Amino acid sequence: MRGIIKSSAYLPHYRLKRTDITNFFGSGRASGIRSVAAHDEDTVTMGFEAARIIVSAGGNIEPEALWFTTSEPPYLEKTNANVIHSALQLPKATSAYDFNGALKSGIGAMKTALTSSQTVLLVQADIRGGLPSSPDESQGGDAAVAFLIGDANADQLLATYLGGSSETLEFIDRWRDPREKVAKQWESRFVEDAYIPLIKEAWGQALANSGLKDSDLSNVVLAGQNERVKRQAAKLITVERFQDNIASSVGNAGAAEAGLLLHSALEHADLGEKIALCSFNDGVEILIFEVTSDNEVLNPIEHQIENRSELSYGKFLQWREMLPVQPPNRPAPSRISASASKRESDWKHGFVASRGDQSGLIHMPPSRLSIDQADNNDAMLMQSMASSIGTVVTFTVDHLVFSQNPPVVFAVVDFNNGGRIPIEITDVAENEVEIGMNVEPTFRKLFTADGIHNYFWKVRPIRSTKE
Amino acid sequence: MASNGIKDKVAIISIGCTPFKEHWDKSADDLLIDATTQTLKSVELTTEDIDAYWVGTAQSGMSGLTLSMPMKLHGKPVTRVENYCATGSEALRQACYAVASGAYDTAMAVGVEKVKDSGYQGLNAFPMPTAGTNRTLTAAAMYSLVLPAYAKKYGVDEDELRMVVAKIAEKNHYNGARNELAQFRREISAEEICNMAAVAGKLSVFDCAGVADGAAAVIVVPAEKAYDYTDKPLFVKALSFVSGNGSGLIDPEYDYTTFPECEAAATDAYKQAGVDNPQACIAMAEVHDCFTPTELILMEDLGFSQRGEGWSDVLAGKFALTGELPINTDGGLKSFGHPVGASGIRMHYECWLQLRGEAPENRKIRDTDKNLGLVHNLGGYPGEMVSFVSILGTEVG
Repeated sequence: MRGIIKSSAYLPHYRLKRTDITNFFGSGRASGIRSVAAHDEDTVTMGFEAARIIVSAGGNIEPEALWFTTSEPPYLEKTNANVIHSALQLPKATSAYDFNGALKSGIGAMKTALTSSQTVLLVQADIRGGLPSSPDESQGGDAAVAFLIGDANADQLLATYLGGSSETLEFIDRWRDPREKVAKQWESRFVEDAYIPLIKEAWGQALANSGLKDSDLSNVVLAGQNERVKRQAAKLITVERFQDNIASSVGNAGAAEAGLLLHSALEHADLGEKIALCSFNDGVEILIFEVTSDNEVLNPIEHQIENRSELSYGKFLQWREMLPVQPPNRPAPSRISASASKRESDWKHGFVASRGDQSGLIHMPPSRLSIDQADNNDAMLMQSMASSIGTVVTFTVDHLVFSQNPPVVFAVVDFNNGGRIPIEITDVAENEVEIGMNVEPTFRKLFTADGIHNYFWKVRPIRSTKE
Repeated sequence: MASNGIKDKVAIISIGCTPFKEHWDKSADDLLIDATTQTLKSVELTTEDIDAYWVGTAQSGMSGLTLSMPMKLHGKPVTRVENYCATGSEALRQACYAVASGAYDTAMAVGVEKVKDSGYQGLNAFPMPTAGTNRTLTAAAMYSLVLPAYAKKYGVDEDELRMVVAKIAEKNHYNGARNELAQFRREISAEEICNMAAVAGKLSVFDCAGVADGAAAVIVVPAEKAYDYTDKPLFVKALSFVSGNGSGLIDPEYDYTTFPECEAAATDAYKQAGVDNPQACIAMAEVHDCFTPTELILMEDLGFSQRGEGWSDVLAGKFALTGELPINTDGGLKSFGHPVGASGIRMHYECWLQLRGEAPENRKIRDTDKNLGLVHNLGGYPGEMVSFVSILGTEVG
């Protein structure tokens, strides 16, 4: 059998109330909140956060390939999946590819993984926005999901793939000039009419291909950018729909939307339930699954919806680079060195330290020689710190240093199983930090210079709702 | 393994120092020429009379050409040295050893920094290509980590400790107000400083060293020849330098209430100079008050206060101009300003003035039978620093 072995989702820590936008402009109606990637997150770091949970959950099934999908790739030409691959410390023999650009790439990569023969770690992430006051800005949401897809006995599969269908047709629905930050859409009524026959055809084909009838299905999940199309689909496909709260509490996650909705559906589904995942982006894609094991999804969305901090609309505009703000009067950072980054990759991407062979003293960054003279030279052992829990020993707030989001909150952190590092705390308010606070490493983008993103680690608070 | 020192083998015969300030109208070359010619002139020497030169600058020039070109030296050996904020002292240390070895009869150390041409605030390190994993926190923020750690260790109220370090700034501004070469010549009260906006931890801008351009120069000769040049030479009793291994950054035992590199350099210097009880024989000291908490910790690391008592000694006025052990009588980095490469030599300049009784009347230390001065100069951050300590005396023996 083939299907989803593991499923994990990551929501960034920050939320924007949609009424903050309408209040700012003094017009419009809005309800609910959207998730917001922090200033130091991009689709690669968010994708890693979703994927790391699958990798650290272990199990005997290793991915043979990592596929990354987003409409907001930090790099073009260069493979973004390689950064996630490196941060996950996957073996070099595991391949890594990008399926980027179009929103349909999300569901497309999922279907390709489900119909291929490899074990695939599918990582999907998106950062969504639009012009200030636009529906895209308000209704979008930033999120990442990851799925381990492969062959296994049905009782090992969270969801077994039963079959699906595709309807491909070229028409101008939604588009974005690669040089622009925001997308445009054709009139909704045209788009709606264009989709109706495709939906009918695809639904019939999907049922036929999976040998099912409407009444076999217990939930249908509808993904797409156009709300009118989704409303039409709900009329045409008469299967009952589980009402998730993703739209009102997270938002539409673009290329990751279908994956996020599927993850949410799996989170609430019972054994034996059959779920149809329908995507309406440049045509129709339908994938049908059956929940075939009692396994739980990893990192449920419900917990993450509760675990959040509200962000002001001003900060949101600043972080999205819609509103340039005055930086500290310090030199902007220089681009990082490719050769130095390659040499230090295990530390830089994997947060792998070294440990004295005799003393056990952990050195961050890793070092060839130990400060403890009992240790032998060039005999240090590798020590992964990425999953370590640490405690804030002391901290400070730096208003002077260059940052995308001053001030910088900085702490000396002692890890519970050894090791100390002075390091930035992220996803935290200045007045929230205290000595003794528990923190964990998180992979972030420190800055970008000359188009090169500087990825490295920070720590973030471990908040009680997550436990 | 030994640190034998060169006690009484080398003497300082002349020191000069430019004003430290925002020298918008002077280049590094101008500042070097000003400091060097002033220092030569006071002992009626020319550049030809100096056998070898060391020029210290952190970021204002590369190689010995930094000095030999503006000074139009003819066939002289010139070495550029850099050792973070202890660069000036390092230049002097190298010049002293060259003379002590017998290689040269006269040597000059010059320190210079032209900071204010960058257009940015503060001191900003020249970027080296890296993997981007190095910490980028400002020095102010790194030193601000000292206060909560010290307060916790010694049970001092954090607000009271904040006032203690503001008193250090108040003292250094009081002294600097009486120094015509100093960058900031205005007295300021500790209360005013405490009421300012914090920029790093609890520290305000007035807890930070002044950022200034400037230069200073010093000439050293073999001790036995010192009186050929001046009636009142200063003899080098000790030169110590310790470069840390960064253990404070990775070792959970480090608690941010001491700078081990400074304590080690002081211990070595006292041993070289034969000083058993520093408080009994040191008349005054210039220490590296890059940030106010630094001076507090140094009082303990240098043995001027017992552990955990530095803060109460500060409040008691022990380190004031009229106190038992005056510290930073010229205003220190805080008020005199901190042109990185020049500061170490500037510190020796103040010892020169005070030990020879040549400081202006309004900031002269009390006359005692103590005849030693101490200079402490550091570079780096808590957990990863270099530290220099020298001891100077008015007499051999």
